[in-house]
Parts: sequence; C-alpha cells; structure tokens
Amino acid sequence: MSNLPDGRFIDDAPYDPNIDLSAPERADMDASNFVLIWRKFKRHRLGLISGIFLFIAYALIPFAGFIAPYTPNERNADHLYHPPQAINLWHEGTFIGPFVYPTVGTANLEKFKWEYETDFTRPMPLQFFCKRTQYNLFGVIPTERHLFCAPEGATVFIFGSDRLGRDVFSRISYGAQLSLTVGLIGITVSFIIGISFGAMAGYFGGWVDWVVNRAIEILRSLPELPLWLALSAAVPSNWGPVAVFFIISIILGLLDWPGLARAVRSKFLSLREEEYVRAAEMMGAKPGRVIRRHLLPNFMSHLIASATLSIPAMILGETALSFLGLGLRAPAVSWGVMLNDAQNLASIEIYPWTAIPMLPIVVVVLAFNFLGDGLRDSLDPYND
Amino acid sequence: MMFLRYAAYRLLTMCLTLVVVSMLVFAIINLPPGDYLSNQIAELRATGQAEGVAKAEFLRVEFGLDRPLWYQYLMWVGLAPGEYGFSGLLQGDLGWSFFNDEPVIDIVGGKLWLTVLVNLAAVLFIYFMAIPLGVLAAARSKTWVDYTTAFIGYLGLATPNFLLALILYYYGRKYIGLPIGGLMDPQFEGEPLSWAKIQSVLMHMIVPTFVIGTAGVAAMMQRLRANMLDELGKPYVETATAKGMAPARMLSKYPLRVAFNPFVADIGNLLPAMVSGSVIISVVMSLPTIGPDLLVALKTQDQFLAGFVLMFVALLTLIGTMISDLLLVLLDPRIRYGAREG
Repeated sequence: MSNLPDGRFIDDAPYDPNIDLSAPERADMDASNFVLIWRKFKRHRLGLISGIFLFIAYALIPFAGFIAPYTPNERNADHLYHPPQAINLWHEGTFIGPFVYPTVGTANLEKFKWEYETDFTRPMPLQFFCKRTQYNLFGVIPTERHLFCAPEGATVFIFGSDRLGRDVFSRISYGAQLSLTVGLIGITVSFIIGISFGAMAGYFGGWVDWVVNRAIEILRSLPELPLWLALSAAVPSNWGPVAVFFIISIILGLLDWPGLARAVRSKFLSLREEEYVRAAEMMGAKPGRVIRRHLLPNFMSHLIASATLSIPAMILGETALSFLGLGLRAPAVSWGVMLNDAQNLASIEIYPWTAIPMLPIVVVVLAFNFLGDGLRDSLDPYND
Repeated sequence: MMFLRYAAYRLLTMCLTLVVVSMLVFAIINLPPGDYLSNQIAELRATGQAEGVAKAEFLRVEFGLDRPLWYQYLMWVGLAPGEYGFSGLLQGDLGWSFFNDEPVIDIVGGKLWLTVLVNLAAVLFIYFMAIPLGVLAAARSKTWVDYTTAFIGYLGLATPNFLLALILYYYGRKYIGLPIGGLMDPQFEGEPLSWAKIQSVLMHMIVPTFVIGTAGVAAMMQRLRANMLDELGKPYVETATAKGMAPARMLSKYPLRVAFNPFVADIGNLLPAMVSGSVIISVVMSLPTIGPDLLVALKTQDQFLAGFVLMFVALLTLIGTMISDLLLVLLDPRIRYGAREG
C-alpha cells in the first residue's frame, strides 16, 4: 500500500488480469447449504448435545450384549427383586478400584418380601473383559466377553433385579435394540407412504388430490391408540418375537403418515408452479423424475426435521402397546415390556427400581424433541 | 346464513367420514383369524352333544356368520336384514357381547357419559392451564419463567402417561391423601346423585384429568407461546404499551386474540390424541370408562363390543373436530366458508 502525492492510496500487489470477478471475497460466504445448516445447528447447544447423545446411543446398539454384564433372560434365583447396588471405589479409606459388596438375600415371610443384607467387610473387585454367559455380538458372532462382570460369589445389579432375578441394567441395554429401532422402521414406513401420497396429491391435483385428502382427513380424525390396539390385537399370537416386532413397527408407521403427506402436498402445490419445474417438464421429464430430482430435494431437510419430531411418538407408542400386553411379547425385551412388570402400585411402592426403564424412555424422547427443534430452527440458514 | 350452510356442509362430511370409519372399524375387528363365536362354536361342536351342535348352529345363523363379510357388515350397521329383521347400529341395537354374554348396551351404557365427562374435564384442564402458562412464557420469554414452563412442558411430553398415572397415584396418596382408582368411592356406586357423591367424583378426577391433560397442555403451551412471540413483535403492541396500557390488559386484549385462532383449530389434532390417551389411562387407573372394555374386547376378540367402542371413540373425536372447525369460522371471519380450494 503506497500513498500517492495527491493523497490517494494504491495497492502495490501485482494485478492479475485472469482473476475471477464473480468469486466472493470470502470463501466461507459461498458455503454450501449443508455447511450453512451445520454452522447454525452448532449454535443450538441443546440440539447438538441431543444429537451427539442419540448418535452414541444408536452406535452402541450392536454392542448391547458386550456392555451388559448378564444376558437379558438370565435368571439369578437367589437374587429376586434385588435393589440397585452401588459400585464403590474406596474401601475403608483405601482405593481398590471399582468393586461391589456381596449380598445375601433372605425371605421376609411376614412382609412377603425379599430382604438383602450387604456384607461391608469383603470388597469384591469387578472383573473387566471377562468371560461369562455366551451371547451374539452384532447379533451374529458368538462370544463370551463382557465389558465388566460380577466377581464369583457376588452380583452386580446396577439398576437392581426384577421379579425373576434378571438384571435390569442388562435388560435395558438389550431393550434399547428394539425400543430404539422401532421408531426408525416406523418412520421409514411413514416416510415412504407419506411422501408418495403427498407428492402424488400435490403434483397431479384433481381427483387424486381429493382422494388422498379425504383419506388423510379420516385417518387424522381417528384416535391413534385404539387403532394401534385393534391392529396389534390382530397380530396372530403364534408369530415369533422378530415378526411381531416388525409388524408392530409397521403398524406404528401406517398411522403416522397423514401429517407428513399433508406437509408434502402443500409444499408441492406451491412448488409445481415454479419455472424450473415447467422447464423440466418441457424438456420431457416424466412426473416421477420431476418429483424425485427437482421437487423433493427442495425440502428433504424439512421432512427430516419433522420425521425426527415424530419418532418419539412411535417410541412412546411401542411402550404403551407393550405395557398393555398387545405390543412386543416376552421373551423379546423392550423398555415397554419391562415396564409391564411395573404395572401395579405395589411394585412402585416396594420395588421402585422396576420402573427404571422409564428413564431411558424419557431421555431418548426428550433428546429426539430437542434434536428436531434444533434441526427445524437451523434448516433455513438465510433466515435469522 | 352462510354459517348455517357451512355447518350443514360440515355435518354432511362428518356423516360420510363416519360411514368410512365404520367400514374401517369392521375390517379391523375382523382382521384376526377366527373370532370369539367361531371358537365357541368349535368348542360346542367338540362336545358332540346334539344340544351343543344345535346351539352352535343357532348362533351361527343369528349372527350371520355363514354369510359373506360384506353382508355381515351391512347387518352390523343395520342396512340389511338379519335372521330377525333389521337390527344394527342404526336401529340402536349395538349387538351382543359374547365374552360377557350380555347385550353391548348393558355393558357400556353408563360408561359412555363417564367417558365424555373424563375427556371434557381434560379439555377444560388443558385450556385453563395452557393459556395462562403460554401467555406468561411468551411475555417473560428468556427468563426463568419461560425456562421452567418449557422444562415442565417437555417432561410432560416425554413421560409415558401411564407411568405418570402410577407415580401420581402413589405420591398423591402418600402426601396429599388423594384416592386411588375408580371415579367415586365404592359406597356411592349406584346411589342417586348427591353433593357428597359429586365431591367424591371430583376428588377422583384430579389425577386422571392431570395425567390425560399433561401432554396436551405441553403441546398447546408451546404453540401458544410461539404464536404470542410472533405477535408481540408487531407495532400495534408497541403502540399499546406506549399509550400506557397495563401489560396484563394489553396482552389479553390484543395479541392473545390473534394468537388464539390456531389454538382453536388445534383442538382437531388434540382431541384424537386425548381420547386415545384416556383409553390407556383408564386401563391403568381402572376408571369406569369404555377404555378397559375395549382392551378386554380386543384381547378376547369380542367383535361387536370392540367394534362399538371403536365407533364411539371415533364419533367423539369427529364431533370434537367439527365443533372446533365451526368455532374457528365464528372466531375468524377471514376463513372462507365452504370448499377450501387453492
């Protein structure tokens, strides 16, 4: 930068005649839509934390068997209704790493209740990467390694044990496999149906629109749960747990699509008047191609956000169905099936830990809500 | 006049919807392979006694099980003659509950009113809670009031309400002495209406109303808050404040009225969710509504009972949706009557 005698400033850098004049001054101003969304989403703390939490939760699903010290249906006949055990680090002032105190159970025949006495003199360190009951890692590889397990002669029930002496913590981590995926399958079904019907109604209009609209109105005016109940009651009782699981998630999805279809339809109604759609049609693109390549990408992100917000309803739906005994059935383990045990006041009063599966449900549902809110707020990066 | 025409049009669409719903319901209750009666007939046949076989045949003919499904449907609705002439929903004959061996009307009769009562109480609860809380959260946005209501709202949305029911029962009993289960103290059952009975019913309604309403309160509160925030930024609010209007009066006089419209429209979405919520809550809390009957009927494939309960629940929501649509038109003259083309 030099100062000319007449007071003007001039740049000394050599002038490049080939410079692209249309390039933006700062590269980050020209970021892609995805980068802009991400930048805005990062500022939504709660949404970001929820997203990370959910990502970890889903990533851990294949390792459920590894994390759980027991297998879900493993019974410990000497420790029925065992209260949650603390994992300690210090014993009488000295550090010995994670350990548990062994317990001995006695039946209180006056109160008809199991009572456990903890032996505080003998700390028993937990074992890590130990071999115990066999399970299938990722559902296929048989292995016996667990992340941690109880030493011989003691138990490790972090969240207590249930009516049959099964570890609640292990069951929760196995239950996550079904409870978390039920929403994903359901939302896929609802996505496919909702987008195809909504797109057809919005794009073609006319009688297609009329039919789809009436169907949406009818389905929306029906109370969901009684319909879920009726449909699940129709599932034959001799089907295996896996088949029941799939059919339940499909049922949950079948009744969820109207909201989505409505959003897609109203968006299509306005978008199909745009010039680029006309241009594509002029060039001979078939309706399917116009819908898929030109229209849908416009608001896919909005759809994903609204899908995120409707997954919690499905998770709660599965819980409610299983709780009533019409959803998943034992030996399948889901959070709703587990809560089925906590159905009466007596368990809440005497064995409150049988209601612990409620915590992961609340946390996951909250996380999906926050994530969905965050996504929705950040989807329109140009709008502050 | 325009309004009456719109009301008539809305009533007509509701009736048409109801017809489609009845077909859906009939299809759904006939989905499971086999039904209560067939099982019973098979059992009677298996005994081999002439009497049993005769009874089985009688039942088969009476309920038209030997006819095609579409004919059974028409019989159920009351559009086609059965063995003893027309007797279906249209004629007021709700059918026979095989499981209880009683006419459906005797089982559900008294419970229909209680079902309506419980849901009505929940709607009122939602309105009385959500409106002040939503306005407060918007007026004091980004303060602890806002965050606390948002937190409670989110918790309400995320907690499975059947568990909330159990927990509230337990703690309500332990610390406040609220009654558990049912809709009145046992000594009042079958008694004529008296002040003590009403009191007892009111006491029993507290927890169910709260539980059924929570999710609705949370959803409505959030929506009202968002609407209010949109309105609060507008110049007319500033003008009113500048004139020196008291905040409470200003809020209720101007922005709340505008923010209120989507609120009324929302009841169409709210009602189905609440009716379904009340079904499951009634099972957990053993309320004498039709919820528990539905569950038992579905589990035992008691088709006429299940069918009627489903129809009733659908009718309840349809009427609610219609009322909300009509209210919306009355409240907001900008909404066009008739067909919503566009």
